Amino acid sequence: MLIGLYNYWVVVVLMMIGFYIVIANGNLIKKIVGLSIFQTSVFIFYISMAKVDGGTAPILAEGIKQYSNPLPHVLILTAIVVGIATTAVGLALAVRIKEAYGSIEEEEIQAKDNLDC
Amino acid sequence: MTSVFLLAFLVVIAVAIVRMRDLLAVSMLLGIYGLLSASFFVTMDAVDVAFTEASVGAGISTLLMLAAITLTGRSEHPTRHKPVLALFVVLITGCLLIYGTLDMPYFGSADAPIHLHVAPHYINNSMQEIGIPNIVTSVLASYRGFDTFGEVVVIFTAGMGVLALLSVVRRAENITKIDSINDSMHAEYLILRIVVKALIPFILLYALYVQFHGDFGPGGGFQAGVIFAAAIILYAMLFGMSTARRVINQSVIQFFAAIGVLLYGSVGVVALINGKSFLDYSALSADPVAGQHLGILLVELGVGLTVASVMVIIFFNFEGRRDVLQSQENNHKGDN
Amino acid sequence: MMDIIMNISSAVFLLIGSFLCVSGGVGILRFPDLFTRMHAAGVTDTLASAMILTGLMLQNPDGLVILKLIIILLMTLFISPTASHALARAAMINGLKPMLDKPADHEGGMSSKT
Repeated sequence: MLIGLYNYWVVVVLMMIGFYIVIANGNLIKKIVGLSIFQTSVFIFYISMAKVDGGTAPILAEGIKQYSNPLPHVLILTAIVVGIATTAVGLALAVRIKEAYGSIEEEEIQAKDNLDC
Repeated sequence: MTSVFLLAFLVVIAVAIVRMRDLLAVSMLLGIYGLLSASFFVTMDAVDVAFTEASVGAGISTLLMLAAITLTGRSEHPTRHKPVLALFVVLITGCLLIYGTLDMPYFGSADAPIHLHVAPHYINNSMQEIGIPNIVTSVLASYRGFDTFGEVVVIFTAGMGVLALLSVVRRAENITKIDSINDSMHAEYLILRIVVKALIPFILLYALYVQFHGDFGPGGGFQAGVIFAAAIILYAMLFGMSTARRVINQSVIQFFAAIGVLLYGSVGVVALINGKSFLDYSALSADPVAGQHLGILLVELGVGLTVASVMVIIFFNFEGRRDVLQSQENNHKGDN
Repeated sequence: MMDIIMNISSAVFLLIGSFLCVSGGVGILRFPDLFTRMHAAGVTDTLASAMILTGLMLQNPDGLVILKLIIILLMTLFISPTASHALARAAMINGLKPMLDKPADHEGGMSSKT
């Protein structure tokens, strides 16, 4: 019972740590880091579900009866590369915000916006 | 058993990231986090995923993080308000999610719903239908080829997004100036340069191996693209951006990023013209299995081209931005 | 007979490698400044990975696997010292001086780490 759901609980903990970083930190780069922790926890969730006891990697070979589920692997493989590409867009936005506002702290940006209007 | 400890380490590192204020240390910890999750994926039999995560999470993502931090500053301001509310929201959400997991089938059980739907078809029939041993590649490129096409388009779009946000118009630099910059870096980086010069051909060769061996072992276009880009980025870091820009022409690499997507799409269109569904590779040749082989080869090539070019574009634009900002700062100092 | 010898020698190599890894980790925690820590990590890791890879080669005496492991070994032997060198050099350029043994400020060991 305890060990049977351990992976999913760790996933929830990691997901919540990422979520906490996103909502509790004002720094935009730190928020992006939080998002990528969140993202990785989802990867771990999918890959944990794909595992079958006694299975091996899904590469067909002689004399192997049980394979792990290949479908989640495919989904996550592409998601990792898409994840880094979108993270790069986020970082690029942070860089532009730094140039425009001189800061990437949420509160300072808000203060500047309030001054403007 | 190993996976239990790896997951515990992941939690420890995530907590350390929460507490750390220095963004440089945070990005290093994120690299460790990526490597550990890659090791976890190996213990879960997901070798292809582990390969991708090791090259992306521990390699390229740390680099991009560092490139961004050099532009935005490395220390985080402490927040003034107390994060009690955030903690409360997170705890409630976490409890609800844990409550949700109680209905999940136990880890590793072979009769979970996820293993009963389409996965048995892939495992039992992919050898007859596609004819390559690596099921992940056959699902990625053939059964769910349309899905992967969408992902490649997303990567391409992300590359274009970075280009739109960060690209700068630069005048052609004269060659003697580039050479003098290059020489001035020489003494500082001598040992690194010699070792890296010896290693880069092997890295590129390995990327090609990963690209074309993806049918038989872990690997494929996504991993190969990232490794290929890593070699180019390594070169750019050690020989200076202006030298690297002379070697890797930016408009050519943008052209390649588009060509990759186009290649993927046109394989689908050729199948369509031959009277089968979009991306049904059995239409490419008289023998359906040979057609599948050809289709997967071309599609993976397209994926590899796009991924490698987009990663290079992203890195070069981050670094190019820094050059421009530095020269602007110098001009400001000169004015004052 | 041959199998037993192979297995035992492989186990010995793996054990030595793991011990070196652990000792490198202890070194990182216990040593006083960046250069000594890096020394602990860099030197032991190079030898440890060589030991572990040799142990793995003895586990599976199959042509292709051994070739791959040898390539990994060569890569590690190149990359690990170079990475240590780059790290130390970056620290030196940014003004971190190695902590030298000065009996005078023995109690304030951290003070020389500027």
